[in-house]
Amino acid sequence: MTQPVLDIRNLKVDFMTRRGVAHVLDDVSFTVAPGELLAIVGESGCGKSMTALSVLGLVPTPPGKVVGGSILFQGRDLAQLRRSDMRKIRGGDIAMIFQEPMTSLNPVFTCGEQIAEAVRLHQNVSPGAAHARAVEMLRAVGIPEPELRANAYPHQLSGGMRQRVMIAMALSCQPRLLIADEPTTALDVTVQAQIFSLLDELRHKTGTAIVLITHDMGAVAEMADKVAVMYAGRIIEQGPADAVLDSPGHPYTRGLLASIPRVYADPDADLPEIPGIVPALTDLGRGCAFEPRCPLAINACHAAQPRHVAMSANHSAACIRLKTGEVLA
Amino acid sequence: MSQLLSVRDLKVHFPVGNRGTVHAVDGVDFTIPHGKTLGIVGESGSGKTTTALAIMRLAPITGGEIDLDGTPISRIQGEDLRRARTRFQMVFQDPFSSLNPRDRVGRIIRQPMDLLGLGEPSDRDTRVEELLQQVGLRPELKSLYPHQFSGGQRQRIGLARALATRPELIVFDEPVSALDVAVQAQVLNLIRRLQRESGLTYLFISHDLGVVRHICDEIAVMYLGQIVERAPAAQIFAAPRHPYTQALIAAAPSLAPEHRRRGGGARLQGDPPSPVNLPRGCRFASRCRLAIDECRQVMPKLRECSSGQVVACHLV
Repeated sequence: MTQPVLDIRNLKVDFMTRRGVAHVLDDVSFTVAPGELLAIVGESGCGKSMTALSVLGLVPTPPGKVVGGSILFQGRDLAQLRRSDMRKIRGGDIAMIFQEPMTSLNPVFTCGEQIAEAVRLHQNVSPGAAHARAVEMLRAVGIPEPELRANAYPHQLSGGMRQRVMIAMALSCQPRLLIADEPTTALDVTVQAQIFSLLDELRHKTGTAIVLITHDMGAVAEMADKVAVMYAGRIIEQGPADAVLDSPGHPYTRGLLASIPRVYADPDADLPEIPGIVPALTDLGRGCAFEPRCPLAINACHAAQPRHVAMSANHSAACIRLKTGEVLA
Repeated sequence: MSQLLSVRDLKVHFPVGNRGTVHAVDGVDFTIPHGKTLGIVGESGSGKTTTALAIMRLAPITGGEIDLDGTPISRIQGEDLRRARTRFQMVFQDPFSSLNPRDRVGRIIRQPMDLLGLGEPSDRDTRVEELLQQVGLRPELKSLYPHQFSGGQRQRIGLARALATRPELIVFDEPVSALDVAVQAQVLNLIRRLQRESGLTYLFISHDLGVVRHICDEIAVMYLGQIVERAPAAQIFAAPRHPYTQALIAAAPSLAPEHRRRGGGARLQGDPPSPVNLPRGCRFASRCRLAIDECRQVMPKLRECSSGQVVACHLV
């Protein structure tokens, strides 16, 4: 087995808030191999984006702090790196694309200039060569007339085009790891399909590992090799995408999947709901955070954090109602 | 079945300086029977929101007729229009910006009744409590401010405000797209329950095909200001006829194992053309893999291709 590009172990991130300490990430562990796509799914506030920011060393400190665990990127622990070393990696070996392609591009520079800047920060090349690289990247991401578009300002492009520019910039330094935080949420479904096939093609061609952060189970079904489901700062289930989608183990994952309106479902039936709302991270008890909303909760769920139970090879869920090797009916 | 809402040849055009005219909505026709739901789907810029705003009389109507159960909504003005507003209400996409942060929830819900003079003033607070209960919120929450609620709860408040005038028609513009999926299911179920209980008629705008399939009786697909296909919900998913509808359905990721595919779906290349410089022929022709010369020259009209299904395509 190849060495993972990213190997996160027992990562803990705390935030100091007026209401006390919030465990924003608690005991988060996962790996991503070269060319692999891991999707992290969950509702707002579950810690998906914070996981991404931790990898990039961008946890706002204070109030936030990485208080435990390690983030091994190609064998180096990013949590221990000095800021100057982290800056060399960020945008180079690890790149990120964000949700909103309008606000993450600088409106006063052309797209070509912004990509060329990224290239020159990480590679020792002339301005001319950097510009040529920018045009080449714009072509690679499927932008028509890349020579012309390199001179365009962000506002002159459509949302889909801007997201392609972001991807071109992220890929310009041939990253080993790409973190995509809701890259298509602001886009139409037809454009989303274009961006997805672009990402898919790139990872197969270049071996770049991708962490896709999303709340959209459809995106997971379409793109992911593996999936990690997060709830209240913890990974509550992870495994191969098909296994998690087809035989989810955790009651939360099941509830989430059941509540999605589907094109090929009986439209007359009401959607199954998960009652209640996500708890505040500052007042989590000792037990399972999902217990107050869980249809299967028993007294023991209160007492302690459930450990991950293996359901099959590489597929596990953190629920004490699961017994090894079998799925609750 | 009698129609509550009929929209005929609706046009909304916006001048853009001296550069021409944006044809945001360009000849849209549909009807919604009493107690039913019509969904409008399409990409951003297709004119779905502008259509909704025109029906709400919140966007200037360039041409066409809107009729709400005998009342010519598109033509009435002033006091007549103000009074008619009790009959059609709207729920907006963003549950954060559509509620006044400085008003308590009770006042937000009461305001339409105050403004339109509905019922006795002394009864209105009781009505506010009823409305809160109807949308699944506890009545005592009326003294809180919007920021004290979650996104899903705020959308319930928006719904209570829309219900305050006892409307016949409610227009929903992407009411659940800002919500997490578990909360989305709660709000969608509520929207359907209210329709069952009160016989409301809905116009429901969304880009999420799973959501429209779940909520709507009939679906209209818009592209660049026009309806390109309209059919009963089951029919449009079982047998989409317009190439754009087909592309839209193909592009939506599916969870069901038998429909699941990997690495992005069938490709629809490029972006829609500019709504200012519109092509002469079919507006979809530049992206359509089936387009022939006729498509680029002559604009196709909506024609019935099977019972209840109309489509605007030369090749159908």
